Amino acid sequence: MEAFTTHTGVGVPLRRSNVDTDQIIPAVYLKRVTRSGFEDGLFAAWRSDEHFILNQEPYKAASVLVAGPDFGTGSSREHAVWALMDYGFRVVVSSRFADIFRGNSGKQGLVAAQCSQSDVELLWKLLESEPGTPVTVDLTDKTVRAKDLVAPFEIDDYTRWRLLEGLDDIALTLRHEAEISGFEGNRQTWLPTTDPLPAV
Amino acid sequence: MSRTLAEKVWEAHVVRHGSGAEPDLLYIDLHLLHEVTSPQAFDGLRLANRKLRRPDLTIATEDHNVPTVDIDKPIADPVSRLQVETLRRNCAEFGVRLHPMGDLEQGIVHVVGPQLGLTQPGMTVVCGDSHTSTHGAFGALAFGIGTSEVEHVMATQTLPLRPFKTMAINVDGALKPGVTAKDIILAVIAKIGTGGGQGYVLEYRGEAIANLSMEARMTVCNMSIEAGARAGMIAPDETTFDYIKGRPHAPSGADWDAAVAYWQTLKTDDDAKFDAEVHIDADELTPFVTWGTNPGQGLPLGANIPDPEQIADENERVAAEKALAYMGLEPGTPLRDIHVDTVFLGSCTNGRIEDLRAAADVIKGKHVASGVRMLVVPGSMRVRKQAEEEGLDKVFLDAGAEWRQAGCSMCLGMNPDQLAPGERSASTSNRNFEGRQGKGGRTHLVSPLVAAATAVRGTLSAPADLEN
Repeated sequence: MEAFTTHTGVGVPLRRSNVDTDQIIPAVYLKRVTRSGFEDGLFAAWRSDEHFILNQEPYKAASVLVAGPDFGTGSSREHAVWALMDYGFRVVVSSRFADIFRGNSGKQGLVAAQCSQSDVELLWKLLESEPGTPVTVDLTDKTVRAKDLVAPFEIDDYTRWRLLEGLDDIALTLRHEAEISGFEGNRQTWLPTTDPLPAV
Repeated sequence: MSRTLAEKVWEAHVVRHGSGAEPDLLYIDLHLLHEVTSPQAFDGLRLANRKLRRPDLTIATEDHNVPTVDIDKPIADPVSRLQVETLRRNCAEFGVRLHPMGDLEQGIVHVVGPQLGLTQPGMTVVCGDSHTSTHGAFGALAFGIGTSEVEHVMATQTLPLRPFKTMAINVDGALKPGVTAKDIILAVIAKIGTGGGQGYVLEYRGEAIANLSMEARMTVCNMSIEAGARAGMIAPDETTFDYIKGRPHAPSGADWDAAVAYWQTLKTDDDAKFDAEVHIDADELTPFVTWGTNPGQGLPLGANIPDPEQIADENERVAAEKALAYMGLEPGTPLRDIHVDTVFLGSCTNGRIEDLRAAADVIKGKHVASGVRMLVVPGSMRVRKQAEEEGLDKVFLDAGAEWRQAGCSMCLGMNPDQLAPGERSASTSNRNFEGRQGKGGRTHLVSPLVAAATAVRGTLSAPADLEN
């Protein structure tokens, strides 16, 4: 995973709440077996409308998405994060994220920056009145900055540390292999396994 | 110290406690796989030259992409076919047991696990699918994960996680006839909202929950994610033990006694405190349906479409306006006046034998309204077989419904079973998001009883409406 310290890019205001992962990427795009090239599925239904904000200049080139509350609800599909990143987004700002989406973002290096709804509203107004305004997201001091606006955001300390260091979760866990083996040795013997049963 | 059910199961699976900001490392007892969220995880293992640590705690089936007709022929859509074939190759390479299309144990992953007796109280169960919360009906801690986490579990059989908060959902009183588990959970979601459960494990409690069958409990827990919760749980009791006993992977003999002795400890201590509590009065509940484009936008069937102008919160008002525009509905319209084109009975929410029996009971001797198509899709091939042994297939076919093979089907637009743009459905599935059942499709979430009555009348209806 690529380390993330600070990012500056065009911000796009998405005035919608409850943006579920079916909207971020419809199921029909989930049939692929590769891990790249999901940008065409991002907001596919909405992007077919020429008036959709991501179809407008200068928002087309945005890399910071500022969305309404309850972003990423619904399906666990990590494809939602891949689609956002493949399109070029590095940060999503919202006042509330769905848990699985937030977790998936942290694994992939997409920053899910949780701001207050009032700061989200201020960002929306700024990005609408001055399209193309660069937005800086600084993970070291946990702020979103645009023009004179400085909005603090929340992100859990462990995810922040991993993102700053660009660390792979699995490698971190495998440092504790001995403890995992120890735990396994003490599991109840009656717990089920998926080993095929003899035919009866 | 007194603990909740969720906290007990959590503690029993901590491999190591994290210090400071570091999460706990939690052991995973059962990992369920399907074709959609696993290929990139298997690829990740290969790239890092890692093994799948516990194939004996892992099981796979094919569900999201599979067609529900002509399953003896190759899948027509080449992209879907490749995804299913990739799962078969990966399972063969990594030694994972797979139930492919045509197999008696094939079906929706959340129907298959419990049916085989693999889901048991006190276990941790994960799957790259948000409806993994279903398995919490057994008193398991079960939750959906993303593909990175799927890979993590494959490689380590653990997940780094911070403890969830706990919320009690107390459903007191008794359900009236014609009111079901689906109505309970739709009412819960309408009450706490699609974000109300974020960060929480919900524990469903109270008289109405204790009186539910195992399959009805699965319906309730299944949709916990629709309230934003990571998981939903119900403390195991005799109903749970009776359901598990004798299933292929259930413990037997002395193991059974030891397991039951442990399972009986899996309940929230009397003086344990939840981080939040919600009360629902089961006596007050009536059949519930959704009118909008998220599962929180629901109302009793007797209500009218709400007027966005009357909604104070700006975000909710805008959401309601957008929902009504998408759904093609006018404020003030009685929900009972809404005509549907399609009725879908199935999914991991309501595709089990009891769901099929309940719907068959309503539709028996009647006919699907003209211009309406009804798809009946068993949750697994075993459910299908059982239904056929009971003659339910005949009931549905005689009523003019279609009797299909097992799969996720019209719950999500990933296989050939989809709504056309503008088409409207009454669906026993779990999500009414824009385009969920096919681009431009309009979904009303309902119980199996409402689905069956709606199929007969052609408008959103409860079984009682058929008697007038």
